[in-house]
Amino acid sequence: MAKKLALKNNTIVDWISKLRNYYYAHKKVFFIALAVLIVLTPYISPSQYILRIIIMVGIYTILALALGLVTGYTGQVSLGHASFYAIGAYTSALLSTHFGLNFFITVPISAIVAAIGGLLLGLPTLRLSGTYLAIATLGFCEVVRMILLNWQSVTNGPLGVSKIPRPSIFGYELTLANNGLYYLMIVLLILTTACMIAIVRSKMGRALKAIREDELAATMMGIKTTYYKVLAFVISAFFSGLAGAFYAHLIRYIDPNTFVFDTSIMILSIVILGGMGTINGMFLGSALLVSFPEVLRFLQEYRFVVYGIVLVMMMRFRPQGIMGGQKKSNYQFPSGTIMNRNTTQTKFSLSQENSVEGGV
Amino acid sequence: MIEQLLNGLALGMVYALIAVGYSLVFGVLRLVNFSHGSVYAFGAHMALFFVGLQFGVIPAIVFSIILTGILDILIDKFSLAPLRKKKSKGIAALITTIGIAYIIQNLLMIFFGSQTKPFPAIFDYGYVTVLGISIKSTQLFILVVSLILLAILTYVVKFTKIGLSMRAVEQNQKAASLMGINVNSVIRFTFFLGGASAAIAGSLISGYYQVVYPNMGFLAGLKAFSAAVLGGIGVLYGSIVGGLVVGVSESYAAALLGGSYRDAVAFIILIIVLLFKPTGLFGKKDITKV
Repeated sequence: MAKKLALKNNTIVDWISKLRNYYYAHKKVFFIALAVLIVLTPYISPSQYILRIIIMVGIYTILALALGLVTGYTGQVSLGHASFYAIGAYTSALLSTHFGLNFFITVPISAIVAAIGGLLLGLPTLRLSGTYLAIATLGFCEVVRMILLNWQSVTNGPLGVSKIPRPSIFGYELTLANNGLYYLMIVLLILTTACMIAIVRSKMGRALKAIREDELAATMMGIKTTYYKVLAFVISAFFSGLAGAFYAHLIRYIDPNTFVFDTSIMILSIVILGGMGTINGMFLGSALLVSFPEVLRFLQEYRFVVYGIVLVMMMRFRPQGIMGGQKKSNYQFPSGTIMNRNTTQTKFSLSQENSVEGGV
Repeated sequence: MIEQLLNGLALGMVYALIAVGYSLVFGVLRLVNFSHGSVYAFGAHMALFFVGLQFGVIPAIVFSIILTGILDILIDKFSLAPLRKKKSKGIAALITTIGIAYIIQNLLMIFFGSQTKPFPAIFDYGYVTVLGISIKSTQLFILVVSLILLAILTYVVKFTKIGLSMRAVEQNQKAASLMGINVNSVIRFTFFLGGASAAIAGSLISGYYQVVYPNMGFLAGLKAFSAAVLGGIGVLYGSIVGGLVVGVSESYAAALLGGSYRDAVAFIILIIVLLFKPTGLFGKKDITKV
């Protein structure tokens, strides 16, 4: 029985690696097809309802990418990302309802305000190690929610902010019906992804990974660990705020109940399911977890139970996540080093299964 | 004012009972057991369930204590022990406990409903006058019971053989197992103690407020954790002091600032402690060795 299973497993692995080789051989074709698919999605999708879910997937992907920088690449667990999401959403909503500012002005402001929130939380608490940090972020998230609930003159308390205007470009209103919101989401998503890839591949990304692997060793190598951790936190908060602002203008009504602990856990589940320390894992993870309650309506009640089971099972059997674990290419040394020439040959050696990239 | 103090003390003792659970598990595993809050809610619900089956209040609580203790052992056995065996990083165990908290809390919600349910008052004889001060008998009951329980726990940890092995595991797991201590069973016993004290705390607080709901563990767990951190996590008497401080300041905040801010107090205490003295009031400094 066991032998049979192992055999089956092997063929699957073979199949996957074949598929992967095929993908690498025809990378350009795949990219063009993907781009066409992304552009055409609103015309293919059968209803606005589906399009709305796809947009939600996009928002959660941005959030997961943001958290991924802190949890996946730097190894710091944050249970408070719903607070940055909330800060972004509330800032943008209040600015646009009270002062009538355009979406494209409020979005950068709210992202910056969220980043300042990240700095406020990050500066003092990132001297703490793993568990304490997780608790402190959780406490921060609750404090933010309590401020939103109790500062009634500004946030309108539990009633929330309503009648948030839709984003518009030169008077042209972007809605679900004219697909404007969808394309706006795509633009924001591409922006976030590009920034994340740039960060991860930069000197900063290497520093973050070093901190994740061994903070003490990283300090010994002369990496300013606190500086990089706070910076990662601020950048992460910035993009969470961006996602929050977009969410506020998409739903047009926000209240403190959207930004609870459950949301933080959902983002964390996406990061873990997709694979810590991966970029494409975030897309897969949020597609799975966001669409999951919609696809399995009959499991609605058990939704959060399943999130819990996902967390436990992933930690037990595949802590590196779905996409994590297998290195897609060897580490590329920055240009200018002698090693550079040697690595190009081994770039496509894909069979190294044991080189865990997204180690937990 | 004195009423607020008593309120706070009773509440604080319950927080101390929950905090002890965090402290015990942190002591042996260096792990913050996020599932503890939901285990506490589970204890309260089990007590409610057995009360519903006409067991009488005290036997119901006893059953709930045993069941909750077993639940905690099962949590360790099926989710944390395999991680220890694989020598996973601490973050994996942390996330696992968050997942378990989610599973328990939402299963409670599905089986018992998410609404608040009435719970019979325990030991309610109106007001009792002690030294010229009238005290609610339920508060007195909570104070006395939790004091006794904390004394028993301290005795177990300080003066019994299993307590000795617990402290040995706390100091050095490998050395302890070389000395012939069954580390896994010690950890399981610790989890049982944690679960049992959480169940007692859950029953006491539901008897006091006379309501039970599945989400009750989230806030209570966080506040108790703040208490444990304030007192120095891993130190038993620290948890008691921390619990009392959190409970009293919370009840004064509720009286002075209004009810909507009472929940924020514990977090503010927590963040302040983490900023200025992460090891807590009585905690020993942890030295990281290379």
